[in-house]
Amino acid sequence: MTASVSPPPLSEAGPSLPSEARGGLFTPASAVYVEPARRLTLNGWATIAVFLPPALILFTVFVALPMVEAGWYGFFNWDGYGRPEKFIGLKNYGYLIGNATFARSLINNALIIIVSLLVQLPLALALALMVAGRIPGAAWFRMIFFLPYVLADVAAGLIWHFMFDGDYGVAGAITGALGMQPYFLLADKTWAFSAVLIVIIWKYFGFHMMLYVAGLQGIDRSLLEAAEMDGASAWQRFWHITLPLLGPMIRLSIFFSVVGALQLFDIIVPLTGGGPFETTNTMVSFLYYFGITRMRVGFGSAVGVVLFFICVTFAFGYRRIFMRDD
Amino acid sequence: MKFRQLAFLAACVTALSAPAYAETHITVLHVSENAAQKAVWNKIADDYNAAHPGVKVEFKYLENEAFKAKLPTMLQSDDSRPELFYSWGGGVMQAQDKAGFLKDITKDVAPWESELAPTAVDAFKVDGKTVGVPFEVGEVVFYYNKKLFEKAGVKAEDIKTWDDFLGAVKKLKAAGITPIVVGAGEKWPMHFYYAYLVMRIGGEHALADAKAGKDGGFKSAAFVEAGKRLRELAELNPFQPGYLTTSHAQSAGIFGDGKAAMDLMGQWLIGMQGPNSTTGKGLAESDIGILSFPVVPGGKGKATDTLGGINGWLVSKSAPPEAVDFLKFFSQAKYAEEAAATAAYIPVVKGSESAFTDPLFKRLASDLAKTTYHQNYFDQDLGPSVGRVINDASVAVAAGEMTPEAAAASIQQAAEQQ
Repeated sequence: MTASVSPPPLSEAGPSLPSEARGGLFTPASAVYVEPARRLTLNGWATIAVFLPPALILFTVFVALPMVEAGWYGFFNWDGYGRPEKFIGLKNYGYLIGNATFARSLINNALIIIVSLLVQLPLALALALMVAGRIPGAAWFRMIFFLPYVLADVAAGLIWHFMFDGDYGVAGAITGALGMQPYFLLADKTWAFSAVLIVIIWKYFGFHMMLYVAGLQGIDRSLLEAAEMDGASAWQRFWHITLPLLGPMIRLSIFFSVVGALQLFDIIVPLTGGGPFETTNTMVSFLYYFGITRMRVGFGSAVGVVLFFICVTFAFGYRRIFMRDD
Repeated sequence: MKFRQLAFLAACVTALSAPAYAETHITVLHVSENAAQKAVWNKIADDYNAAHPGVKVEFKYLENEAFKAKLPTMLQSDDSRPELFYSWGGGVMQAQDKAGFLKDITKDVAPWESELAPTAVDAFKVDGKTVGVPFEVGEVVFYYNKKLFEKAGVKAEDIKTWDDFLGAVKKLKAAGITPIVVGAGEKWPMHFYYAYLVMRIGGEHALADAKAGKDGGFKSAAFVEAGKRLRELAELNPFQPGYLTTSHAQSAGIFGDGKAAMDLMGQWLIGMQGPNSTTGKGLAESDIGILSFPVVPGGKGKATDTLGGINGWLVSKSAPPEAVDFLKFFSQAKYAEEAAATAAYIPVVKGSESAFTDPLFKRLASDLAKTTYHQNYFDQDLGPSVGRVINDASVAVAAGEMTPEAAAASIQQAAEQQ
């Protein structure tokens, strides 16, 4: 398709025009291929009847319905037994507004996003640049860097819980060797969350690195070689060729990173359990500890609804703004 | 030929399995990981099944957290609803009753409930209606390391009041010993201090009055004063370093390693301190002593008031009469004595305390037999939504994160939001 024959944007035609008129009025009919309305044959309907219901039912029962139900439960004071009966309107949402722990959870989620974007992704990119090439041992390093991601989140949380332990853990061994008082990072409410951030970076940088490695391998080497012959420095080649071409992958990795950060849960529970003094909760762990384990299913549902709207707003907004060309 | 043999075999199998369909199945869902406990239970089930053809009682295990998460759903399902299930009594049981999941067994149990400890029986009544049968009670006490006490020159017999206790903590501290180990990472271990202090200060009506909203509910003087006493203890820095992250299992190990002198804990610590210690053996039982929670001068509570769990079996709504019959069979003195003799648990059947041979368990059982007021754990009694706030508040007050007044107010707020 060339620019000269393409129809003007639909918006310029104005919404008042009947749709059939647009093509005929503004473009030569010959340049537009009008797809004939496809009639579904009996066979086509049969295919739909066979293939659509399983997916539709699964999606409805396990995705759409629970979401609607959660929205419904959010209006009740309900402990999960029997049917919700005590309708309290928006009170659950009111409790959230004044809740310092929930505010802290939101801040923590924001911190995870910031650290992911400013530390984790650049680190992943730097490592990807190092291990993407055909240097000896690159495959090994790729595998080693990817290993933390393969590990189950709960296992990672438990391992690091032991590592940070001031008595028996690696932290204890270090302070012991230096002759210092044992230090319990996870008990320190000022710094405990930085421990969580360390574990998150450690756990997920390998995943993003692999995305970048895949992206780097898709870049045409002849472009880089041509630039090199033209005298471009390594930095210029990175900045003007590699980075722009890696754009789609970077946008995708940011998307995964933010959505993952918003939903982070599994690492928190074994690592800190939200403590000390509820300073290390994320929104989802807040939902779990203050909704599920306290049998305040209505309140938990309200948290879920808030989380849902944050995620949906981000996901659609981001895709619309940053990923429309990808 | 081969086909005929197979057909015959199939017919035999069908014939044999047919009666199985007519059997009454009774599933008893529990959360116990204690091997001695399970051994006693399985034996009771086997005996019952042997004596009652056509009934099959089976104990099934679910991990603690999974049990709590799955039970609400299971109770609503006709296929997976257990006939009998484990319960801690208190708020969760009341919620289950309110939702109509429990069977009223008042009349079935009334003829023989006098054989069981009355406080335990009462713990499984909702508004005077019996919905379950208790099988064990527990007591939270200070377990102390005799050698460390001796090293610091502390005499357990001399610790009667809160001030004596604080004095002992100071002495231990001066001797370079960590006075107390607490698994505050899981929070509920710290709630034992708060709960006991409320009981010792406010007496047996303190919790009931707070629940009823009297004198400001949980903002009442007893709760605020308990918080102040807890903070007073915590200001002596009596806990092991990093206690805010220590898990319950780790804390048992620290006690077993002899790295701390005291642990305020339930009876399971006796069996837990060994396996969780670095040696795997822990302290010899002869090196462990028991100290009741001290009285607070001027408080309304007695030294013989006890705090501890009360566990029992609840009967679900659709359970057949055999389920209740099994509970009666289960509650026989001979099985309680067996549980006592193997130190599997502390049974609620009256008189079974004499069957204990283990000296520590014997002491607990005799405390419980003589109790002047037995209180279920606050967090169980109040149910999860308020109970967990009590646990949070206990840790926050001890660590100086919250004033006793603010902590009491936070509990009251949770109670009002319920």
